[in-house]
Amino acid sequence: MHEKTVAELSAALGAGEASSEEITRALLARVERLDARLNSFITVTAERALEQARTADRRRARGEAGPLTGIPIAYKDIFCTLGVRTSCGSRMLDNFTAPYESAVTARLEAAGMVMLGKTNMDEFAMGSSSETSHYGPVRNPWDPQTVPGGSSGGSAAAVAARLSPAATGTDTGGSIRQPAALCGISGLKPTYGRVSRFGMIAFASSLDQGGPMARTAEDLAWLLGAMAGFDPRDSTSVDEPVPDYVAELGRGIEGLRIGLPREYFAEGLDPGVARAVEEAVAECRRLGAQVREISLPNTRLAVPAYYVIAPAECSSNLSRYDGVRFGHRCEDPADLEDLYKRSRSEGFGAEVKRRILVGTYVLSAGYYEAYYRKAQQLRRLIREDFRRAFEDVDVIMGPTSPSAAFRLGERLDDPVTMYLSDIYTIAVNLAGLPALSIPCGFVDGLPAGLHVIGDYFQEGRLLALAHRYQQATDWHRRVPAGFGA
Amino acid sequence: MALESGEVEKIAHLARIAIRAQDVPEYRRNLSRILEFVEQMNAVDTRDVEPMAHPLDAAQRLRPDEVTETDRREHFQAIAPRVDAGFYLVPKVIE
Repeated sequence: MHEKTVAELSAALGAGEASSEEITRALLARVERLDARLNSFITVTAERALEQARTADRRRARGEAGPLTGIPIAYKDIFCTLGVRTSCGSRMLDNFTAPYESAVTARLEAAGMVMLGKTNMDEFAMGSSSETSHYGPVRNPWDPQTVPGGSSGGSAAAVAARLSPAATGTDTGGSIRQPAALCGISGLKPTYGRVSRFGMIAFASSLDQGGPMARTAEDLAWLLGAMAGFDPRDSTSVDEPVPDYVAELGRGIEGLRIGLPREYFAEGLDPGVARAVEEAVAECRRLGAQVREISLPNTRLAVPAYYVIAPAECSSNLSRYDGVRFGHRCEDPADLEDLYKRSRSEGFGAEVKRRILVGTYVLSAGYYEAYYRKAQQLRRLIREDFRRAFEDVDVIMGPTSPSAAFRLGERLDDPVTMYLSDIYTIAVNLAGLPALSIPCGFVDGLPAGLHVIGDYFQEGRLLALAHRYQQATDWHRRVPAGFGA
Repeated sequence: MALESGEVEKIAHLARIAIRAQDVPEYRRNLSRILEFVEQMNAVDTRDVEPMAHPLDAAQRLRPDEVTETDRREHFQAIAPRVDAGFYLVPKVIE
């Protein structure tokens, strides 16, 4: 049962071959048996899952089931879930039980999905390796000595190891796509504003976007359709109709114009990853796409601009953690300032503190123009690069990450090298575009990801391309050793 | 740009984060590296470029000034570290 995709489970449930309760029990048993190797879950909500599964089975018996009813899913522990601890991977929120439900989880629950639990992540989603969690690092199921990527590394590892057919992630600079690539699964970051941020713990609000993670593009289409939509509670939610992404899967690749930015195949790219991506491009060409070289000349400015904008917004967003109304509070504060300072110092880990300090600095009097304003000007140049490119091509393709999974601990003390893990994904967040990552091969036994970027609200096109590619290839069906039967 | 130790302490104060004296050099080293790295931005002339705050250049949406929230006080008090009689407690601020 654990081998089945969301679409296959949906078919099995529809045909009466299995109940949601049976599927849920089987997956909970796998989590129990196998997750000690991965640490992909922070909280397993077994009782709630079985209750939701039985509710789904009753719904089905009444003839009221939708395509996702009764299918289990895991939520990144950044999505608030009413009555369940929502830690964001931080000591700061270790004792935080969310008093409300996020828009994304509420929508998926309304569709009948069953919550298996909350997945591990980099603290406050700040990281590219899922090593900075208060609950310990996540391991990559393809090689436990390597990282799963981050920050949605728990979600990616759980899906890759067949502990859950699907998961949610959030992507501020690559946090859905990079772990999807490193774990050999499929992940989509929607257009900024497509999915409500309500109840998604904020990191950098002008960049944060929630999205689905699963094994196939087809599953992503089902999940995105259920997650997306206007929400008045998110001030940047976009009031645009949600297309039928599943119906759009049949659009295929034929005649599609694919742009390959020469800047994405330059120095710094692992040759094995480059080969896998080039073969994937060749496959798309065989399937009828036209391929041409393009240029995104401001590519190299994306990471520096991001590491001004994201920390600036983070320092502002995380000022709410003051030890007064919720979250960690230090013992015996001498005065109010001591309460703030020690609560925050104890509650936040090293990388979160680094980013808060960088953000505080770039926003401080006298530096705003040189850093924040400058970064926002570059942000426009980066967006203009994409706008020009999309006049000539339909999608842009390249590697998701410059290398396959790296070893645990390798980059933890070297923030700048860690930041460069997201060199291809970050520009997409700055521009607010949709993009996905799908498996496209292996480098020394570790998965490589193909990154496909679309114009605003072109998720359907991206998913159709990915679906067609996955019909012609089987990279997405490979199972890490030890997580098969 | 390399930061001085005094600047690290000042930023930490602004951010209300306590840093132990022995950790200042490490923060200084890391923050300086990050700031040096982002200074690559200066290689580009952006004189006439309008800053971009929102990817879709959307304006802030307004809504009618009506009450939409229900009273959740008990819920919120229940997850607070220290409360008394419906108040959130902090160390004495006024002598």
